[in-house]
Order: sequence, then structure tokens, then C-alpha cells
Amino acid sequence: MKKTLILTTALVSFGFAANADVTVMSWGGAYGAAQNEVHVQPWATATGNTAVMVDSDNPAAPVKAMVEAGNVTVDVASLEYADVIRLCDEGILEPIDASILAPGADGTPALEDFLPGSVVECGVSTDVWANVYAYDTTKFPEGPTTAADFFDLEKFPGKRGLKRGAKAVLEFALMADGVPAAEVYATLGTPEGVDRAFAKLDTIKSEVVWWEAGAQPPQLLADGEVAMTTAYNGRLFAAITAEGKPFQIVWDGQIYENEMYVVPKGAPNKDLAMDFIKFATTTEALRAQAELISYGPPRKSALKEDILFKGSEFSMAPHSPTSNLDNALSSDFEFWVDHDAELNERFNAWLAQ
Amino acid sequence: MAEATNELLTTADGRPLKAALQAAQARAKRRAFLLVLPLLLFVLLTFLIPIGLMLKRSFEHDGFASSAPALVAWFEANPDFNPADPPEEAYAALVQDLARMQTDKTTGIAGTRINYSVPGTISLFKKGAREAGDLTPPFKESLVAVDADWAKPALWRGMASASNVYTAEFYKVASDFKLNDDGWARGEDNERIYLYLFFKTFLISAIITFLCLLLAFPVAHLLATLPMAKSSLLMIFVLLPFWTSLLVRTTSWIALLQEQGIVNDLLVGIGLIGDDGRLSMMYNMTGTIVAMTHVLLPFMILPLYSVMRVIPPSYARAARSLGATSWTTFRRVYLPQTLPGIAAGSLLVFILAVGYYITPALVGGADGQLISNLIAFHMSKSNWSLAAAIAGMLLASILLLYWLYDRLIGIDRLKFG
Amino acid sequence: MTQEPRNDAFVAFEHVQKSYDGVTLVVKDLNLSIGKGEFLTMLGPSGSGKTTCLMMLAGFETATHGEIKLDGVNINQVPPHKRGIGMVFQNYALFPHMTVGENLAFPLEVRGMGKDEREAKIKRALDMVQMGAYANRRPAQLSGGQQQRIALARALVFDPKLVLMDEPLGALDKQLREHMQFEIKHLHESLGITVVYVTHDQGEALTMSDRVAVFNDGRIQQLAPPADLYERPENSFVAQFIGENNKLMGTIEELTGDKALVRLTTGELIDATAVNAKEKGHRTLVSIRPERVEFKPEMMPPGAHTIEAEVVEIIYMGDILRAVLKVAGSDDFVMKMRNTLGQTKLSPGQKIKVGWHPQDARALDP
Ligand SMILES: Nc1ncnc2c1ncn2[C@@H]1O[C@H](COP(=O)(O)OP(=O)(O)O)[C@@H](O)[C@H]1O
Ligand SMILES: [Mg+2]
Repeated sequence: MKKTLILTTALVSFGFAANADVTVMSWGGAYGAAQNEVHVQPWATATGNTAVMVDSDNPAAPVKAMVEAGNVTVDVASLEYADVIRLCDEGILEPIDASILAPGADGTPALEDFLPGSVVECGVSTDVWANVYAYDTTKFPEGPTTAADFFDLEKFPGKRGLKRGAKAVLEFALMADGVPAAEVYATLGTPEGVDRAFAKLDTIKSEVVWWEAGAQPPQLLADGEVAMTTAYNGRLFAAITAEGKPFQIVWDGQIYENEMYVVPKGAPNKDLAMDFIKFATTTEALRAQAELISYGPPRKSALKEDILFKGSEFSMAPHSPTSNLDNALSSDFEFWVDHDAELNERFNAWLAQ
Repeated sequence: MAEATNELLTTADGRPLKAALQAAQARAKRRAFLLVLPLLLFVLLTFLIPIGLMLKRSFEHDGFASSAPALVAWFEANPDFNPADPPEEAYAALVQDLARMQTDKTTGIAGTRINYSVPGTISLFKKGAREAGDLTPPFKESLVAVDADWAKPALWRGMASASNVYTAEFYKVASDFKLNDDGWARGEDNERIYLYLFFKTFLISAIITFLCLLLAFPVAHLLATLPMAKSSLLMIFVLLPFWTSLLVRTTSWIALLQEQGIVNDLLVGIGLIGDDGRLSMMYNMTGTIVAMTHVLLPFMILPLYSVMRVIPPSYARAARSLGATSWTTFRRVYLPQTLPGIAAGSLLVFILAVGYYITPALVGGADGQLISNLIAFHMSKSNWSLAAAIAGMLLASILLLYWLYDRLIGIDRLKFG
Repeated sequence: MTQEPRNDAFVAFEHVQKSYDGVTLVVKDLNLSIGKGEFLTMLGPSGSGKTTCLMMLAGFETATHGEIKLDGVNINQVPPHKRGIGMVFQNYALFPHMTVGENLAFPLEVRGMGKDEREAKIKRALDMVQMGAYANRRPAQLSGGQQQRIALARALVFDPKLVLMDEPLGALDKQLREHMQFEIKHLHESLGITVVYVTHDQGEALTMSDRVAVFNDGRIQQLAPPADLYERPENSFVAQFIGENNKLMGTIEELTGDKALVRLTTGELIDATAVNAKEKGHRTLVSIRPERVEFKPEMMPPGAHTIEAEVVEIIYMGDILRAVLKVAGSDDFVMKMRNTLGQTKLSPGQKIKVGWHPQDARALDP
């Protein structure tokens, strides 16, 4: 009798899972797993609703496709900052009422607690990730420390890994060329600024190994294919902590970006989706996510105490973008929605030369 | 040739023979049609309609036309306006539309549409729309005061063009044309990329096709002539790549061919090259060609095998007994009979290679951008119209190739398996 | 039965053995000499090794042991294209992507022959098989019989001294086959070439050949001109394989010279000629051709033993009458009678006595 009960419960809950109250679409991998562990499942337990996590290579594309096709099956999605702005402008996303967001753990009102730019019309930030570069400490005991060092082939000979694409690469080149973070986008907005960025890239072009997928740079570094490479800080963190690789991150010249929860227009369970976002962006929930992966929490209240990795003694501060903000650049979504296509064409033409 | 007689043939009961035959066949035809109907619907729904819709996007975009009615009406009434100096009415219509966009939340859609040909427009529109409600006439001065870019002739050309739902703009962009103040013109040298990538994609695909043919021919021959038990085993090895994930295979090639990879280690180990003379076989054209040849090889082997399997060995024996050396036998008797397989395999591999992008992206380094990567890029940036235009051009060139192929070899002679 | 190599042999197999798998011998100690201009047929059931022998001669298979000689020269190591042997395959093997003319030109081109000479030869070869008008057709546009002629013309166009044919008429219908048999035979005679012909059709073998080698189980069972093969089979396999044949089992009761008295298993005594049953008391199989069985006492030699028979069925076949008899326990004993004016009418159930000349009953191995 009891067995039958368990069996039917299992079957029923399986049936529900396939048709959950809230479906969250994220990026898969360690990132998606962390959000599932500290946001999706706890929310389901706390509210008694069902919730599932589905993976996508980049949720922005399916979200747009679903809304345009009028067949939305996702309630909440995790998108990059620039995509949030763009899709919001195109009316693909629901506006989120910021007044529903919970105040900080210390009682600070939500809008004062969140870092500037981390709450926008259609999205609420869950974390901040960064484009940084890293090197192998066994190759360079006296390692590079600045963005300029990345371009210094004499002092630090060896191949360089860079992402194949204009975004983040051009900004990084300008910062390495001495442009202060605050002026990077103004410079890049002029033809001379673009030329200057490409001229800087020209100095190392012959030594560059271009990578495409986020998993590639740590591997390139580990295989000794490159002496240093740009990478997403989370990937480096995983390689250093989980695989014990002797990599050192250089935060100088980092370019950081928010990652946000959004609700697609026409989501099947909009109200529950909003409730989920409120639940997942509290100080505790953001800290909980930051304990699992090395993306910084976007609330001041969450940064007050050091975050320790998975409850261990390992401090996340050296790995968190929001803890290393000297000479850091906030990626400008507006610049890139305006210029992405144009600069990529130029970038590809430059590569082909 | 016996001509049909003028006299009409009839059946025993006097009906015209032709009509009777047609009636008899009509039922069979109806039943046959019903049988293929599900397949037809399937192809239509999952293949033709999506492709059709995709292609439609490449010349149809109402993002601007539907959110700027006043300006659209003005453009319609004044088709010959001077983009360098549009009159006050035009600015008035524009400001009216911007205000409306702000309330309708269509700024993004409209700005994005113009941004395709005039970079920098999205933020311009947003800023303009935010201010539009507070602007006072003369609108020309007040709008230009918000941002001087509002007076750019290229912007006015772009808006005039986008006021029409149907446009060839995306095809122009995909052919390296740029909209500037004087109209559409070929882009600067350092901006031209699409046609170059088309050419490069076709060239690399041709090289890969040729290499596949070279490698597949002996393998397929072996498969076709080996006794059943052994050829089945070999066939498993041929098909093995299909059962492994593409990423795993690609990653293995990286592990093999990179500078610190196994092949280089081996060459250094046996002293063939020095440690500082390691060969670059990965993250360049070589890597792309090697990995893609491997990935696509089965698509060449299978059609070749299916053709070779049914060529009786007696042809080669006959040729030999007639005095031909083994080389002559191969060239004059065997090779011509495998042509349908060669043709089918080459077509298959070539078309697949043209559309591949994961492998070149991962192993191609600076050379790793092929035309499909740009389609994927624009898809991910939601510039679907441009992606559709490039895809449309790719489709057109493949169809053209197919047509040429049909003229030269004859499609009915192809044998795919 | 084998034959010692002759010195003047044009083709000679000497102690040739062949195994494909290293376990079984497909050809077992083959010795065979073929004279210049001879038409020799290899006849035997499917799987008896005929094709294998032909392939070894053509050079497509290597002999596992032994020597193959052509015109006195060992050709074991000579590649097929240097042997100069014409070959006709069962499926014709006409090159499908070439026209008839190109097919015929092929052996001449690879020999580097000039265009004029080539065309003259092609024309002559096509005329020889009455296909002169078809030079521009593709093989697929020809009927089976026409393809067969082209295959023949192609094998002959370069004037080979030796032509091999492996069941060349197997795919044709009966009438066409008989016609082609005649033409091939005719070509053989007019061209004076040596032909080694493989077939499993005994009628074909008997009508066309100078000599027939009967194959079974990788061995030549008998090598003889057609008439000898039919009338004097040397063992029970040949007797059964060639023509229709009545079999009676028994033991040798008396043996004087080659005259044998055989007691059948049912007790009757019959006369026979001992062929390879050499000792008294041995079991033997007596073979008698249906047309040599007699039932009228005046047709039998005086003193011949006769046995009781009962008519089971009479089958009318036009030129002959077939009587199926119950004889010595077997009920499929056949007697053939000529359908002449005065022929005695038999009817089912009728009891008669049958007999034969002793030389027509051959006591063979059991
Ligand atoms: N290529 C081969 N490999 C292995 N066995 C073969 C091959 N060709 C023929 N055999 C075997 O050899 C025997 C004789 O075959 P074959 O010479 O073709 O006989 P026939 O022509 O008299 O029918 C058969 O048992 C056949 O299975
Ligand atoms: Mg055979």
C-alpha cells in the first residue's frame, strides 16, 4: 500500500514537472545548476508550486522566437544585460515593477541597495560577471599585472588568447592603450577610436589564438597553447578551484556585465514569475548564488560580509568582479546595441586581412 | 513510329479508350496521393513554410513602417525630398512619431530597424523619443539641438527606405554595401566581409570535398569488396563518428593537432622538428580543413559505397582479360562507373560543408569565420532579417550550383545510397 | 580420371590444386591437356570448381599448387592482361558507359592499335556476329542475345588464340541458346581458335564439344568425347549426370573377363559389362540407358537374362513412347520405345519381361 502511494506520488510529480507552474530558462552548466539549487528549488519548496529549470546556449534567442511566435513556454529567463535592454525596447519582455523587490537584509530599500544599473525596466540583476585575463603562474612567476602587460610581447613573450568578436576585445585594447575606463566608449564611438583599438590589436595579431566558446580559454591555458588569455572569470574560477590549475586572474581592465532575470511577454504564469524573481533577488538568495559561483552579487547589502565558497573557508573576494572594481569598465549595452553589427563587420574584415 | 490513328479507339462498351483508362487510373492516383499526403504535409510544415517565412524576413520588415505612420505618410507624399535638408514638415511628422513611439514603447523596434543600415540609431531614437513630448516648433532646430545626428542625410535616407515594408536593404548589406550620406555605396576595404566570406566558404568547402573524395574512395572500395563480415566491421568504424558528439570529435582534433598536442609532441619526440619549431595545425585553416574533412567523410563514403557495391567484379576482370593494365582498368572502366557516387557524395559534402559553423568556429582561429558563423551571429543578435538575407544568398548560390551540376552531370544519375 | 600431360598441349594444367580458405580444396590435383584448336567443355554441377579452373587459367586466381602452361610456357606469374586470352562472362560484362563500338575498341586501344586498323577489326568482328548496325548503341539498349553476341565479338576482336567462356548462354531462353550454341561452334571452326567452355548444361556440352571434362567435387570424373561419355560412362556419377539412366543395385555373382552376372537385391540375375566393378562379391550399380531396354524377345541376344516388369504408365512424347515400369522393386524404371507404325501397344498393369544386350548394362561403382 505504501509502495503504491510512493509510486503514484512519483508519477504525479513527474507529470507536474513536465507541466510546471514556473519554467526558468538559464545557461546550463555550473551557472544553471547553481541557480537551480539556490533559486528554483527553494522557491518551489517555499511556495508549494512546481518549478523546473531548462537549459539554453543563450536564452535570448529562444525567448525572442517564442514571443514572436506567440507560443511562450518559459516564465523566467536569465539574459545578458544588453539583450535585456534590446528585447525590452522591442517589447519582447514584461516590465518588472521594482517596488515588489525585497529590501536589503539590513533594511535598506531595494532600489538603494542594488548597485547602479542592476535594476532596469524589464530585468533584475542576479549577478555580475566579468571579462578578465589570466596567466599561468608557472610560466610567469613575476606575472603581468595590468591590461597593458597583456599587449607587451617583449616582457611577456608567448601566445595570447582572445575572444573572436568585437565586443569586450575592442574596449580591452583601448584600456591597455591607456584610455581611462570612463572614456572608453566615447573613444570607441569615433572612427579614430576604432582605428586606435585595431592598431593596438595589430601589435599582437600574429600571436593571437582566437577562441569562441567559454570553455576554450581555460583549456588553452592549461594545454600551454597560450601564455595568457582573456576569459570569463567564472570559468577561470572553476579551473582554479575545482581543477587546481595554477592560473592567476588579472583584474586590471576587467569589463563587467550584469546577468538578469526577465519575464517574457505572454509568460504562462506571469504573477508566479514575478514572485519567483522577488524570491530569487533577496540579499540571501543572491549571496547563496555567489557562494556557488564566482559572479558578484549586485546588492550592497550582500557585499558587506565576505562570501565563502560553498560554506568553506575559501574567500570569494579575489574572484568576485564586484570586489575588484579598480580600473574596471561597465560594459555599455547602449553602445553595443547601436554598434554591434557594424564593429563586428569591421572586426571580421580585420581578421581576414 | 506508329502514329495514333485518327479513329478513336473505344472499349467494348463503346467508351473512348482514353477516358476509360483515365477513369481507371484516377482512383489509383487518388489513393497514392492520400498515401503521400502526410509526408507532403510534414515537408510543407517543417521545411518549406519555415524556409519561406525565413526568406520573407529578408525583404520584409515593418519595424519602422508600422511605428512611424506620420513620417511614412510624409515620405509617400514627397518621394523626391532632399535628404540633405528635409523640410520642417518632415521634422514635425518625425517628432509626432517619436512621441507616439514613447507612449507605444515601439522606440526599440523602430530604432533597430534603422540601425541595420545606419549604426548608432537605436540610442538616437530613444533619446529623441524621451524628449519628443517637450519639443516645440520649429521642430527642425529643436530636434537637432537634442542630437546633431538627426540632420544626417544617411539617417533620412534610411528612414525613407524603411518606411516601405519591402526592402532590398538586407541584401545590400549582405553584399558589403553601406548606406552613407550620398546613398548606398560599396563599403570601405576594411569593412567589406560578406562577399569575401562567401568566397572563402565555397573555397574551403571545395577543398574539403576534394579531400573527402580522395580519402573516401579507397575506403569505400574496400568496403564494397571485402567479405561481408569484415566490411560490416569496417562500416562500424566509418559510422562511428555519427555516434560521437560533434564537440567531442572536434575537441579530440584539438588535443591531437594543437602546438602542444600529441602530433607535435611526437614529432618533437622523434626529433623531426625542434621544440621551437612546432607546427601550427590548429586554430587556422589547416585545423578547419582537417576537422571538417573528418566530420564529413562518412557522407562521401556512403554514396560511393552504395555505387561500388553493385559494380560486378566481372567488369574489371573483363577489362584485364582484354589487355588493360590495372591502372587503365581503374581509369577507363571502374572510375566512370563510380561517377554517380562521386557526384552525389561531392554534392552532399559540399553543401554540408557550406553550412557548417561549429567546427570552424572552434578550431579555425582567425580563419574560423565562415559565412554560416555570420548567420549565427546575426541570429543571436536578433538581426534576423540580415541573417535571412545571407542565408537566402547562400541558398540561391547552392541552388545555382545544383542547377549547374544538373546541366553537367545530370541529377537523375546521382546515387545517394 | 586424369590424363597425363601431352607434350604438344596448348593449355596444360599440371597437378593444380586450389584452396580459397586454406581448409578445403576446391580443385584437387587437376591434370588436363587441351590441344590447339580444340573445343573443350568443363561440365559439372554448380560448385564443382569449373569457374575456379577458368579463373586460374585467365589469371584472376592463383593456383595454390601446381603449374598452368600456355603454349608450353608456365604462366602462373603472368598477370591477366599479358596472357592474351579472350573471355566471355555469364553476365556479358559489357562496359555500360561505353557504346558497343567503344567496347570493342577497348582491347585494341590498350594494345596501341591505330584508328584505321581498329575500325576495320571492329567492323569485321561485328559482322561476324551479325551486329554490324549496332556499333553506336549502349549495351543497355540491346537484348540479352544481342549483348551476348557483342560480348563474343569483344572477346574475339583482338584475335586471341584461346577463348574462355563461363556459362555464356546461361541467361538466354532455350531457343536462343540453341541458336547461339550453333553460332559459337561455327565461329570456333571457322576461326580455328581454342575454346575452353564452362557449362552445367549437359546438352550444351554434348552438342558443342570435341571433348568434355566432367567435374565433380573438384576433380575431373571423366574426360572424353561426347559419344564416349554418353555411351561409356566410367563411373556412376558420370552415368547419372549425363543423360537419362536406369539404376539397379546388386552384387557381382560371376565375373569372366568383362562379362559380369549380377544378382540384384531382389534376387533376379542380370547380365552386365564390368566397368569399374572388378571383383566377385562386390556391390555394384548397374546402369542401363532407357532406349537400350528391350521387351520383345527377338530383339534380345539369345540366352540373355530377362526380368519381370509391370507397366505403371505410358507417356506419349511424339517421337517416342516412355514406359514407366516396376522392375526389381523400383517403380521408376524407364523404357523408351520408338513410335513406329507397328509398335506393340502396352497398357498400364500389363506384365512383360525386359532385357538388354550385356554391353548396354554397365556395372559401375556403387
Ligand atoms: N572467391 C571465392 N572465395 C571463396 N570460395 C570460393 C570463391 N569462389 C568460389 N568459391 C568456392 O569454390 C567452390 C567452387 O566454386 P566455382 O569454381 O565457382 O564452382 P562452379 O563454377 O563449378 O559452380 C565453391 O564451393 C565455391 O563456394
Ligand atoms: Mg561457375
